[in-house]
Amino acid sequence: MPVSLKNEAAIAGIGQTAYTKHSGVSELALTCEAVSNCIDDAGIDPAEIDGLVTYTLDSSDEVEVARSVGLGDLTMYAKINYGGGAAVGLIQQAAMAVATGAAKNVVVYRGMNGRSGQRMGRGVSGDIISSDLIHWSWYMAYGMLTPVSWVTLIANKYMHEYGATSEDLAVVAMTQRQHALNNPAAAGYGKPMTLDDYMNSRLISEPLRLFDCCQETDGACALLITSTERARELKQKPAVIRAVTQASTQGQEQMTSFYRDDLLSLPEMELAARRVYEMSGLGPDDIDAACLYDAFTPEVIMQLESFGFCGRGEAKDFIKDGNLTLGGRLPNNTHGGLLSEAYIHGVNNIAEGVRLIRGQSCNQPQGVEHVLISSGVGVPTGAMILGSS
Amino acid sequence: MTKPSRIKPPLGHDNGWWWQQAAAGKLVIQRCSACQALRHPPRPMCGECRSMAWDFIESSGRGTVNSYTVLHHPQFPGYDYPLTIILVDLEEGTRLTSQLVDCDREDVSFGMAVEMFIQEDEDGFKIPVFRPAVKELN
Ligand SMILES: [Zn+2]
Repeated sequence: MPVSLKNEAAIAGIGQTAYTKHSGVSELALTCEAVSNCIDDAGIDPAEIDGLVTYTLDSSDEVEVARSVGLGDLTMYAKINYGGGAAVGLIQQAAMAVATGAAKNVVVYRGMNGRSGQRMGRGVSGDIISSDLIHWSWYMAYGMLTPVSWVTLIANKYMHEYGATSEDLAVVAMTQRQHALNNPAAAGYGKPMTLDDYMNSRLISEPLRLFDCCQETDGACALLITSTERARELKQKPAVIRAVTQASTQGQEQMTSFYRDDLLSLPEMELAARRVYEMSGLGPDDIDAACLYDAFTPEVIMQLESFGFCGRGEAKDFIKDGNLTLGGRLPNNTHGGLLSEAYIHGVNNIAEGVRLIRGQSCNQPQGVEHVLISSGVGVPTGAMILGSS
Repeated sequence: MTKPSRIKPPLGHDNGWWWQQAAAGKLVIQRCSACQALRHPPRPMCGECRSMAWDFIESSGRGTVNSYTVLHHPQFPGYDYPLTIILVDLEEGTRLTSQLVDCDREDVSFGMAVEMFIQEDEDGFKIPVFRPAVKELN
């Protein structure tokens, strides 16, 4: 029995649908298409798929996907909580299953009509008195109904204390839009963004503007996780999971961790960083590219500090030097990210991490050995490091 | 047709009593009966000592703005925009999120002193909100 997940499993397939604003089909249909594409990308028989993992927020149940796609007998299925905080948690679940034999070939997926159907940006509501609903109600009553409203209370504090400005947020937005210009699948394809464009975008939750917020997208994305050994026999170059973890820390709430002494950092992301660096034996200097979760621009800035790419309060200077661009120290979200490609709750960021390891990114930097990928910010989260075999 | 009103909190075991106190005109803070630790938002067990016995104290309603945001979009029925949301450090030591009213956008700042009052909505719902503190005369 392995004592660590290091190098035990690999991502051997990626599949996605078109990313649009109106799919015209069901979320199940999107998911089936992405899962099917994923299986073909890996070159594996659908009957060999024996595990499925998705989000608690996903509407396509595992057995519906299995029936539709014609998968085999399932010996492991699970749903991971906390919205985009689930993202790499799906991979952790799949890697654990593969490492223990609970399942051999696990597909993880997220399919959503995130624009034409239930829009995350339209906020929360509910009528069952659960601890979750009571949690949201402290904010709902006051009109804090959207992810951006919760995120900005922390972001504005951080910006005030460390002197980060809207121009700094714009660097993140514009860099990722620049990347999307080379990605035909991206919402930002063919739509350059200037600083004027950014500054003229409407205020949403001060100081955040429209262009600080991710896309709302219809689409699906799926990934195949199998043993590293098996992955080497399949069609694609494996993206080996060097380390993966979930992370939630003291005082954690879902989007509203407002009650900790220190509001200027992301303790759960710091825990994720410690865990993945320890598990992999790697450090920030070994990371060649990243897909840091980017539902909102300030999240990228704060994570650079969590993962040790710069000191506290220094991220605004780190990004000014062009370090997130293709020629920079840490090319980030080279597909455009949630901000400029699509918002598939972070699964599409993992897919880009895999492409970077394969050498298949639309913006492929030279010599990418290790890619860091994170889950949602401000929620129970997680991180992962992928390596080339 | 009546004007739309704000979304009401569900009243469960762990939070209903807090809103009942608000309806009675008070901003209250849950207190552990065993170790006296204050906590907000309310929960059934004390994270410091695991006691499930608790009572509450009434807050002075005085505090300072730890952080804030001004909401512009999307606009939901039942709320007035721009809507200033604040994270308040109460002088008793706990924090809560609330709304800042009677204050121009330009006058909102980090660390500003605020004071609570109970606002009664048109539909009769009562909710603790804050306004800039009135400087006490010597
Ligand atoms: Zn106690």
